[in-house]
Amino acid sequence: MNIIGVPRRRVDGRAKVTGQTRFADDVILPRTLYCKLLRATVPHARIVRIDASRARARPGVRLVLTGNDFPIPYGILPVSQDEHALAIDRVRFVGDPVAAVIARDELTAFDALDLIDVEYEPLRTFADPNDSLQHDTPRIHEYGDSGNIHKLVSLRFGDVDAALAAADHVFEDTFFYEGSTHLPIEQHAAIAAKDQDGKLVLWSSTQTPHYVHRALAKALAVPAAHIRVIATPNGGGFGGKSDPFNHEVVVCKAALMLDRPVKICLTREEVFYCHRGRHPVLMRFKTGVKRDGRITGMRVQTVLDGGAYGSYGVASTFYTGALQTVTYHVPAYEFQGCRVFTNKPPCGPKRGHGTPQSRFGQEIQLDKIAEQLDLDPAVLRLRIVEAPETLTANYLRVGTIGLAECIRRVTRASNWRETFRKLPRGRGVGLACSSYLSGAGLPIYWNDMPHSGVQLKLDRSGGVTAFCGATEIGQGSDDVLVGCVAEVLGIDPLDIRAVTGDTDLTPVDLGSYSSRVTLMMGNAAIQAAERARDVLADAASRKLGVPKARLVFAERRVFDAENPPTGLEFSEVVCLAEAMFGTLGTTGSYTPPRSAALFKGGGVGPSPTYSYSAAVVEVDVDPSTGWIHVPRVWIAHDIGRALNPTLVRGQVEGSVYMALGEALMEEQTFRRLPPKLSHALVHKFPSMLEYKSPTTLDMPDVFTELVENPDPQGPFGAKEVGQGPLLPVMPAVANAVYDAIGVRIDEVPITPEKVLRALDAKAAGKRPRVGPSRFPDVAWPEPLNVPPPWEGGDGTVKSKVESEK
Amino acid sequence: MPQHAHINLTVNGEPTEVAFAPYKTLLEVLREDLNLPGTKHGCELGECGACAVLLDGQPVLSCLVLGVDCEGRTVTTVEGLAIDGRLHPLQDAFADLGAAQCGYCTPGFLVTAKALLDEHPRPTRDQIRDALSGCLCRCTGYQQIFEAVEEAVARGAR
Repeated sequence: MNIIGVPRRRVDGRAKVTGQTRFADDVILPRTLYCKLLRATVPHARIVRIDASRARARPGVRLVLTGNDFPIPYGILPVSQDEHALAIDRVRFVGDPVAAVIARDELTAFDALDLIDVEYEPLRTFADPNDSLQHDTPRIHEYGDSGNIHKLVSLRFGDVDAALAAADHVFEDTFFYEGSTHLPIEQHAAIAAKDQDGKLVLWSSTQTPHYVHRALAKALAVPAAHIRVIATPNGGGFGGKSDPFNHEVVVCKAALMLDRPVKICLTREEVFYCHRGRHPVLMRFKTGVKRDGRITGMRVQTVLDGGAYGSYGVASTFYTGALQTVTYHVPAYEFQGCRVFTNKPPCGPKRGHGTPQSRFGQEIQLDKIAEQLDLDPAVLRLRIVEAPETLTANYLRVGTIGLAECIRRVTRASNWRETFRKLPRGRGVGLACSSYLSGAGLPIYWNDMPHSGVQLKLDRSGGVTAFCGATEIGQGSDDVLVGCVAEVLGIDPLDIRAVTGDTDLTPVDLGSYSSRVTLMMGNAAIQAAERARDVLADAASRKLGVPKARLVFAERRVFDAENPPTGLEFSEVVCLAEAMFGTLGTTGSYTPPRSAALFKGGGVGPSPTYSYSAAVVEVDVDPSTGWIHVPRVWIAHDIGRALNPTLVRGQVEGSVYMALGEALMEEQTFRRLPPKLSHALVHKFPSMLEYKSPTTLDMPDVFTELVENPDPQGPFGAKEVGQGPLLPVMPAVANAVYDAIGVRIDEVPITPEKVLRALDAKAAGKRPRVGPSRFPDVAWPEPLNVPPPWEGGDGTVKSKVESEK
Repeated sequence: MPQHAHINLTVNGEPTEVAFAPYKTLLEVLREDLNLPGTKHGCELGECGACAVLLDGQPVLSCLVLGVDCEGRTVTTVEGLAIDGRLHPLQDAFADLGAAQCGYCTPGFLVTAKALLDEHPRPTRDQIRDALSGCLCRCTGYQQIFEAVEEAVARGAR
């Protein structure tokens, strides 16, 4: 390996340090008009009347659009087509777009928003899940499982009641995970125009150009072949740019109507309203264990506060119950999940998508179990780690598992045995583990086509162009693409040009979500490159008279392994091959293996392989102020193989950073305006100043260990790294706080105020804990019974009677 | 429309004359009137540090500076960091060590780090943390940024 595994400047590194990377708002076109959105000022209301005549009459205003201009709904999931570019009849949260002004400049558009008169008839506001569970009407949406319940899930894999009865100890705990938002530094921006053929082009900061392409075709009723979506490099995504957004549909419509480029750049406040961030989740874990710590069975229940629209919410709901089984062996497992609609910005996928919340609960509960059983939490976990090459109770096929090695590495590096329960009061360490998908096994819309495609064009100059629909969101996907091709063809990464994220030029890749790009695009790139190498080897073999099998591609040469001076320059070989076989181009594609989970809902959770992480967090807690300082974090990640270790480390450290934000300070929360004002439910602080996120001064030293055990499913053995390493950090912080001061904070963020409250309770002889005390009553449906593999199950639902035999 | 303002200033070493609407911030003048989109915006309220530029050698948030206040002054943006066609050592180190992931906050970090090195050619890790504390990065966790500044120093930056 010459490229793979070697720390290296990313191929797009130069552009990023010179300011040349062209983000969406940097796309400048002649004759551009500017768009601003009028957003709802009330959380839930019927629109009685919109009068835009004064805005239309304003000099400089070219167009005003309202909901009636967008009759066709769209949404990221086929089962949740519940969004309109501009609200029709109804607004569902403060910030819901109601009208759009397109004008000669931003200021004119902005001023004209004030000239649009909207009359609202207020409806009951649903501020939290209890409201939505208790009141069926008015319904926020006319679809969903009932009333204001969007989705109810109930799955049973084995007899959990019997498993709990057979346990030596049964633990029941409730946890709460507050919502948080992605906070990418780049505000969403988009510019749409008609090209010279009259077709629509959209440049947008989106993680999912293919899905935006589909949504535009539907919402605008324009043939997909006449729409081109170009995903500009995203200035941070983290899941927050994965939905088709109102503003994208609006500028496209306006550009088509006006035949002028139309641009929008959201304000920071608007980015908070776009949201699609971490769902607030209330959860209950009931887990049975034997005396030695082995789990006998587990029941997990979650209630998700979904906000005002569906977004990815159905998938998010399943994800809160999907991955409990891939870290530790769980012989019987039951999951019930409920997502409700509320009148707040819609929640969706943020780094870890639905799994960090329940991972938080699971790993804190394990810490409690270890203490009760008088076991070291690391020893307990090592004892129950899931076996490699396993089909779990819920039919997830796990391949390689580096979790035990991750635990050993972080405990060794952090000197765990000498510190856990041994540091002076106020200082503590905590351990937690996790796992994440290397790409969702199923696409968002049902189809049998590849999830990622790569095309290569080989040029007489010796240059190669790699085309792929994958989207560069900072994670380094262009570098993965180029690195894989360079390795196979034996050329320098800078000899390769990456053309990515353009629905006209590049074959489909489903997008930068679910940690899927490295594995799926990487495998497609290797296939395309191997096919190209095969053609080139034919040509070189004929010219050199050396058997193909003996040819080596390295250092921009193709040569005889047994006699290296006998060889040709790579560019010569390309010319020879082009002369022999005609114009050179190859394709590669990747489709994940078939899932073993054949029951309804089994589409969420399967992945070609899973990454594993373990973290030890050290905290200093000041008992007088409750302030938590994190001086050090040790984290080990099972990456399979690090394609570019510099980028892998960056993903791990960035995950730790974002996790500490969620653990200690970040919260997307809401308040009521005073009654003498509108009493509306509004975002507490839609600004970067008040929405606290960690700065350079808050960031601890992070010690990263990469566990490399190449996975047969991954490109050169690689697994994901963008999301998994975030997951163990939040529970490790909570466990460390307990180690430091003996109080349990069973919710995030773990703020000084909560620490002091718990310490006060402890001093008063009460339970030293802050966290939710009750779990709401949910009318769960009868569970789907899917017997686990070891009970003769085949991944399908069996009738209740049959499963009880 | 109000009458345009008209100023002379030095931008990235070049004498520059520019006319613009008088309410515009330096950020807007740079991006919209001087064709220098390398400087980014994340909030336009002075909260994120993405729009940092050097004004007479000092880091400022260009979203909080009015263009009309820049008459006769010297502005350095990310486009002006390279020297004689070669990347500034900070730029090289940022690219080599993974200090730029999405790259959106990078211009702000680079010019702020340059101001630090101009004042403290051999800063400690704590001085680097302090100097960069007004810039938010959501990708890196800052550690590779600290290392890149230190590497640039080791490579002889100032």
